[in-house]
Amino acid sequence: MLSQLAFPRMDPVPAPLCCRKVYSVPTKPAGTLYRGREGMWSWVGHRITGVVIFFFLLVHVLDTSLVRVSPEAYTAVIGAYKNPLMALGETGLVAAIVFHAFNGLRVIAIDFWKKGAKYQRQMLWAVLILWLVTFGAFAIRHLSLALGGH
Amino acid sequence: MSTDIQSPRSGKIGSGKIAPQYRRGPGSKGNFEMFAWLFMRLSGVVLVILIFGHLFVNLMVGEGIHGIDFGFVAGKWADPFWQFWDLAMLWLAMLHGTNGVRTIINDYAEKDATRLWLKVVLYAATVVIVVLGTLVIFTFNPCPVANGVQLPGGFCPAP
Repeated sequence: MLSQLAFPRMDPVPAPLCCRKVYSVPTKPAGTLYRGREGMWSWVGHRITGVVIFFFLLVHVLDTSLVRVSPEAYTAVIGAYKNPLMALGETGLVAAIVFHAFNGLRVIAIDFWKKGAKYQRQMLWAVLILWLVTFGAFAIRHLSLALGGH
Repeated sequence: MSTDIQSPRSGKIGSGKIAPQYRRGPGSKGNFEMFAWLFMRLSGVVLVILIFGHLFVNLMVGEGIHGIDFGFVAGKWADPFWQFWDLAMLWLAMLHGTNGVRTIINDYAEKDATRLWLKVVLYAATVVIVVLGTLVIFTFNPCPVANGVQLPGGFCPAP
């Protein structure tokens, strides 16, 4: 804002008020799917959750592979997943998975449904509501199992 | 006395400064990128079902995470249904994730050599994980034996 005041965008020497041309200068691009606002932030969220899930997947295949080493090796490493701190990590991971899943379905709808791009904002709100319900149910059940009475 | 006038530095192809020249790569990659795009969407739909099912059966039912141990895995993989489920999940998730990370590498690594090496590491990791996981699913033995001795915790038929 300050720079706009100090350096007017047009007319370095302003014309008298009577004779100025009125320009309509857009301050930001309007109606784009991916720049700014919901479209961009859902894309950022999709990337970050995707990378998190991918690195967990590498670790998860490795820990499961311990069933080929010995029953005790597998049960010992799986035991690490059962402590309370890991339970919080698992809950965060499922939060990422559920968002990536529902937002992925939204991306598919944007690409394949005729009115997908038009309703992408509303669909993001649907994604967030579904995310809250699904993740909330998971978190309550998983945390009460993982943290309760064992 | 004559003076050589240099061409503008910003115009040099590949200098990457100010005004990089746009050039298409040599030849065409065929329809690979289109199939990759389509694969992300098709595998994504299937993965939602496979992974939600996986999480529900392993963490939501019964005593949840406390029920998971060697015996739990042995019980699941005694059934070809769960072997196939886990195999499909392994392959689809790894290919889906690898293609996603490939896209991210292409977006953010600017140097050709950096992109190449990041992708070499990525593809190597993918091959190792997919081959390892597939072997584990199909060579799983509920009654493992080492040096003629049954390992404790296994599920062995009564002698």
